[in-house]
Parts: sequence; structure tokens; C-alpha cells
Amino acid sequence: MTDLCDLTASELGDMLRAGETRSSEITEACIRRIDAVDGRVAAFLTRTDEMAREGAARADALLAAGEAPAVAGIPLALKDVLTTRGVRTSCGSRILERYVPPYDCTPWSRLAAAGSVLLGKTNCDEFAMGSSNENSAFGPVHNPWDLDAVPGGSSGGSAAAVAAGEAIWALGTDTGGSVRQPASLCGVVGLKPTYGLVSRYGLIAFASSLDTVGTFTRSVRDAAVLLSAIAGRDPMDATSLDGGSDGYAEGLGNGDVRGTRVGVVREAFGGGVQPGVRSSVQGAIEALSDLGCEVGEVSLPHADYALSAYYLIAPSEASSNLARYDGVRYGLRVDGRDSVEMMARTRGAGFGPEVKRRIMLGTYALSAGYYEAYYGQAQKVRTLVIRDYEQAFEGFDVLVSPTSPTTAFRIGERADDPLAMYLSDVFTIPANLAGVPAISIPCGLDEAGLPVGVQLTAPILGERDLLRVAHALEGALAFDARPGLLER
Amino acid sequence: MPVHIDIDHVARLARLHLSEEERAQLTAQLGVILEHAAKVGEVATADVPPTAWAVPRANVLRPDEPRPSLSTADALANAPEVEDDRFRVPRIVEVE
Repeated sequence: MTDLCDLTASELGDMLRAGETRSSEITEACIRRIDAVDGRVAAFLTRTDEMAREGAARADALLAAGEAPAVAGIPLALKDVLTTRGVRTSCGSRILERYVPPYDCTPWSRLAAAGSVLLGKTNCDEFAMGSSNENSAFGPVHNPWDLDAVPGGSSGGSAAAVAAGEAIWALGTDTGGSVRQPASLCGVVGLKPTYGLVSRYGLIAFASSLDTVGTFTRSVRDAAVLLSAIAGRDPMDATSLDGGSDGYAEGLGNGDVRGTRVGVVREAFGGGVQPGVRSSVQGAIEALSDLGCEVGEVSLPHADYALSAYYLIAPSEASSNLARYDGVRYGLRVDGRDSVEMMARTRGAGFGPEVKRRIMLGTYALSAGYYEAYYGQAQKVRTLVIRDYEQAFEGFDVLVSPTSPTTAFRIGERADDPLAMYLSDVFTIPANLAGVPAISIPCGLDEAGLPVGVQLTAPILGERDLLRVAHALEGALAFDARPGLLER
Repeated sequence: MPVHIDIDHVARLARLHLSEEERAQLTAQLGVILEHAAKVGEVATADVPPTAWAVPRANVLRPDEPRPSLSTADALANAPEVEDDRFRVPRIVEVE
């Protein structure tokens, strides 16, 4: 089946402006697709069909008046950790199962003001902690390429929705790879911008020094358009950065990337990388070379330690951020004899196993007597990871590696081994520690017909170069395979 | 060697009620994870400064001007228990 909902936002934008379709038609096509497949994919936790129809009508009026921004009328899905006024935002957690935010996150308020259309809130690992979407309190998401496989995580619902044609594009969040890894496993484009380029206001916090809002799209051009609409300084987020905003799509160029210095990350091709991933990514590297890039090898010597540092820093920040779920102001409450017992019981009943694991890990790493040995040392490793990148970017404009060591794995396969699950993020975590932007684009299929993603990484605020190279590579690879779900 | 942690102490600090089964499982899992994480100590030498934020910003200020904020009704809308426009909680201090 192919319908309006299978096109890119840029194609649909051209059609909207040429009067060949209307936002209402596109929105209905998405809603029909959700009706047809989401019983099997389970990408959505909350649908907002009526809001979407009203939004589409408003967008059609804007378009008719000839003053519509690029994102107007294009249906979007939002990961359920991004707040939406009046629409339940659960974070995939029992503790927020009935939470209805009184405010919109900045990325959505910017998109809404520009005529975007909200289809609903997507499933994710609880509080964005996970790499498979199996940690959602509301059940797993199924990969549209193979319904028995995970979509990746933590933004698994957003990735699956875009892959299955349920949404044209989507927002997710990326703290250690939670946009790029599911994009890779679902065969779509996933962009994690520079830390701070997109406001975190209304992103329900997991690890505040690492959290970023990222995009899921079907093309690099769409990623550039969507990023332009959400990027830039926000008075509500003191860590948000100036600059960015308009013009990422204009900067994509004509595919001429001759002379771009591309560094192949040596550490990302060791053992543990699945053969099908290795060969597809090698193919992408050859394509870059054929495009006239100067390809060389580069080392990020502390990549190995980055994973260890991440699994101390992220849980430490999480243990602090999640202290707010105390049964007082919002969310679940389980009664107790006094306030402390009420809080402990509320948290014991409201959080799932992975969230408990990370709260305990972080609490331990920050506790008296252990702080220096764990959290303090991890922060020093973070410095070393940043220095690795600084050195690498002296010689190269863009770095290349696989996004994930494997393609989509079976649901349940890694559920009992947290450490093995953590290793899913070994190639994506360093970019979060260093704050640099990175993108995953599909580059082929493995032996089982599952998509492989190649990751490009650029220096802080190097989005223009990153997107330009990704756009050229995307053109050269001409990846056009479709999920099995849509071929039947 | 897996790290041994005092699970009851950490759970108390985290205000997190855990079942017997969860305590046993977490003791084992955290021991293994911390053993792996302790690798950070191998390379982080005394002369390396710590980093808290990769893209640091300092003194981000805005004018101190009154603005509309959440209404009381909005702020209380998600509360588990409310009384007289306040969050209601169980007893906090012992009464003689």
C-alpha cells in the first residue's frame, strides 16, 4: 500500500503549495494508516484524531492564504515525554499514567504556531530509559520491518510510526542514542542536534546535561526543515543556544561534498559489530569516497570508557530529576502511615524495573563515600571524550561509524541482561557526552532484510555540514526499501 | 569482581520501596554494572578536570519582570489530594 502518508514532508509541502492536496487529506491518510496497522505496531499511547482534524483545517486556511510556514499541514507524532497542554503525557510510566500537563513543550508550541498537525503521543521506554522500547509500562512497540523485533529505543514509537507511514515525521528525545538507534533499527533518518540547539522546556527530564530533542523523518531534507522549525534560543531554557533557526534546508546544497574530510572511527569497527552492519556501513563509506570526500581513519581512544561514564552520569542525573515523583503534586499516590512511607510506596509501585535500577545506580554513585570514585571519575572521562572529539575534528569535518552494532533484535532477547542492553548504545553515547550533533541515515539491509543505519557526527553547532554530507550520502545510497508491514 | 552495595541503605536514600525479590535482583545486577562502570577510574587521572556540561553557558539572565504564571487551578489539577487550594499530604511530623 502506498498513500499520501508514505511521502516525505517536503514532497507533501510541494503538493500542498501546488494545490494538489490538502492537509486534511494527508491527515486522514495518516489516521487511516494508524487504524490499519497500529493494532500490530503499537506506536501510539494516545491518539489525538480530533485535534489533528482541527489542526489540519487551520493549516489548510493558512495555506490558502499563502502564508504558511514549511511545516504547516504536515502531520506529526510526539514522543510521550514531551508535554502537551491538555493531552496526557505519561512518559511510558505508571507514575504519570493520568498526568495531563498544563503547558506545551517549546518544540511543540513552535510547531503548533507554524501550523503543524498533532496525530498523537508515541510509546517509549519509561522516562526514556532503554534501547528497545520494552521498558514501557504500556507494552512494547513492534518494528514495522519485523513485528517480532524491537524498534529500538527509547523513542521506539516515534521511529516505528514514521517507518510505518502512521506519521510523516516525529519528534523524539536522545540522551544516549534514543533517536539515532531506533531510527537505525526502523530504517528512517534520526537527527540528534547539538546539546542546547533545541529547547528542553517541556521535555520531562531524564539526564539534564545529556537530554536533547531530535527528529525522525523519511529524508535528510525533512530533518533540516523540521530542525529549522524547532531550533533556537528559548528564554524558558537557560541552556538553549542562540543561532540555528532558519535555513538548514537551504544549506543542504546540490550534493557536492568534494573535499569534505571524513574520518572513519576505528573503534567502531571492532568485535561485536554484526557482519551485515559492517558491510552496509563500509558501502556507505565507499559512497562517500565516490562522492569525492577525503576519507581517512580516526581514533576516539576513550570511546570504550564513554559507556561506563554514561551509565554513571545519566543515572546520577536521573536519580535527582526523578526525585520529583513523590506523590504530592502530580502523578500516582500510594498511601502510607506518614509522608516518607507514602513517597517510598508511591515510587515503588509507580516505577518499572529499569527506572528503579537507574535510580538506585545513580543514588549509589552520588552517595557519601562513593561520589568521587564513580560520579567524579565519570565527569573526568567526559572531559577525555570531549578532547577525543576536539582532536578528531582538527583533521576531519565529519566522522562516520555504524549507528548501532546490530540491527533490530528479537523482543525479549536482551530483557534479562541490562548490561547487554546498555551495549546497544556504545556508538551513540559519546556524542551525548560531548554535546555534538549526529545523524543516522539508512544505508542498507542485513542478511535478514532488516535496515542498517550509518551515523555521521559533526562538531558543536556543525549541523549545516552534517546535514549537507548526510544529504549527499542519502542521494548516493538511494535507499528505497520499505518495511514488510507495508508490502503485504 | 562484582561490587557489593548496601541495597537497603541506597533504597532508603532514594525513597524507593523494593520487594524482597527486587532487592536480591538489584543487588546482583548493580554489582555487575558497577564493576563495568568502575573502569572510569582507570583513565581519569588527577590532572583531568571534570565536565558537567559539554556546552557551558554562564550567567544566563533575563529581566526580572512579572509575567503570567500557572493558575492555582492548573497547578493543582494533577494533584492526588487537594484541600483548601493546597496539596494535601500525610502527616510529616510526630504529634506528642
